[in-house]
Amino acid sequence: MTDQPLLVAEGLAKNYGARIGCRDVSLEVYPGEVLAVVGESGSGKSTLLGLLSTELAPSAGRVLYRLKDGALTDLASLGPAERRLLMRTDWGLVRQNPAEGLRMAVSAGGNVGERLMAVGWRHYGDIRAEALDWLGRVEIAADRIDDDPRSFSGGMRQRLQIARNLVTRPRLVFMDEPTGGLDVSVQARLLDLIRGLVAQMGLAVVIVTHDLAVARLLSHRMVVMRQGRVIETGLTDQVLDDPREPYTQLLVSSVLAA
Amino acid sequence: MSAAPDPAAPDPATPESDAAPAGPLLPELAYNFAYLDEQTKRMIRRAILKAIAIPGYQVPFAAREMPMPYGWGTGGVQVTAAVLGPDDVLKVIDQGADDTTNAVAIRGFFEKTAGVATTTRTSEASVIQTRHRIPEQPLTERQILVYQVPIPEPLRFLEPRETETRQLHALAEYGLVHVKLYEDIARHGHIATTYAYPVEVAGRYVMDPSPIPKFDNPKMDDCPALQLFGAGREKRIYAIPPHTRVRSLDFDDHPFRVQRFAEPCAMCGARGVYLDEVILDDRGGRMFVCSDTDHCETRQAEGHHGGMWGGAPGAAA
Repeated sequence: MTDQPLLVAEGLAKNYGARIGCRDVSLEVYPGEVLAVVGESGSGKSTLLGLLSTELAPSAGRVLYRLKDGALTDLASLGPAERRLLMRTDWGLVRQNPAEGLRMAVSAGGNVGERLMAVGWRHYGDIRAEALDWLGRVEIAADRIDDDPRSFSGGMRQRLQIARNLVTRPRLVFMDEPTGGLDVSVQARLLDLIRGLVAQMGLAVVIVTHDLAVARLLSHRMVVMRQGRVIETGLTDQVLDDPREPYTQLLVSSVLAA
Repeated sequence: MSAAPDPAAPDPATPESDAAPAGPLLPELAYNFAYLDEQTKRMIRRAILKAIAIPGYQVPFAAREMPMPYGWGTGGVQVTAAVLGPDDVLKVIDQGADDTTNAVAIRGFFEKTAGVATTTRTSEASVIQTRHRIPEQPLTERQILVYQVPIPEPLRFLEPRETETRQLHALAEYGLVHVKLYEDIARHGHIATTYAYPVEVAGRYVMDPSPIPKFDNPKMDDCPALQLFGAGREKRIYAIPPHTRVRSLDFDDHPFRVQRFAEPCAMCGARGVYLDEVILDDRGGRMFVCSDTDHCETRQAEGHHGGMWGGAPGAAA
């Protein structure tokens, strides 16, 4: 890890007409760090993720990213071609609904291989070998490589989505409720897998979740959002064990003890 | 495209010659030359010029309703109407044949509305409208080949959003086309796409060559003739200028290959041409004949004969 941030957000705001998506959000993500964004539904978590990943254009503020050459660059200054290249090589985006992040009519191997082909791989054997390797890493049996994700369970789809995003060895991955809609045992295995891969690859992750247990398991630091604002930040254990803001206290105390 | 009408042709019935001499009982319908009005043809020609300037790029145009259903060549007919002059000689082929409904009807359409000469000989034609084939005989720089295109977007089946496919074309992000080819190999062990096989034009745009068999793809490369593509329902025109590099997409370890046929044409004995399979009976009897009828007939007239020449019932004259 270095002491230079990988991603910097400065004074981000997003308005949907008169309504506020989020306002005045500033944060930093360091290489190899997992940052959780927590808060209740409608608190602006997904808007923030959209802004950070340049899927949404901010109403104010800017997002800076340290490109491979080491220069911290304003993402708005990149052209669309450069931005898209960044998104499919150096970044990953794992969506809550795998049907949005995957090509459901394309086989698992094709899904994983798409990014490789997009960056110029033109050797079928190599693409397939790499896809097989990644399916193995996310615990999908090799004989499912030619099946399409429609025949996969929710947990498998989510793992496939992760493989598809990590195949180009990105440095930064955005995850939007990756365990949403999965039952607890499947959640637990998926979290294990994500934790392993993150540690192994030294990934920086921004993970949006309403599930504090997910945040506690995965993240190093967390950001608590309410009504579009960041109301508390800090180390995960610190925030969860000793919440300062009344809202955070409410949030933490609302979690059912297992 | 000179302005003088061919005196031998039937009356083109331009607005100036409304008083048609010695007509039949009903007055001759006053079509403008080649059916479309001049403003429409100018609009289409502008789209064609833009398409030629940006090889492989799909230029939107305001396609008109034509007196035929979509899927029967409304795009090709509009392009033909826009490039046709009174001195042109038109050939129309449908799956290689000059004598099928579509080909006969479109030929008749332009005989009637433009009064141009028509032919079935590839070498005599100056404009060839085609559905799903490129003639076997090499084209020359004096010729224009007009393709009828049902779906111009090569990325359509993988990316249904038009806004997104336009982005992908603009940024030359063509990984998706390879995903399609990857899927082919994964499912069938080889690239099983045999028609509408995607090509890269002039090193930039990826293009759907219309549903021609991939057998014809190599003929597009460095072709001396101008190749125009018209999609009427989708309202797109695109082009390959003469002598342009056209490369069929493939993988390093699964290179592009055209179909090969085990036997020669049963009628003219030609090899290295695209053959149609014809079922002869219900006991598995079949023959393979040239899909390009003009090529086949020319060869037969020159004395080349295949295994079933003269012996098959109902053989082409």
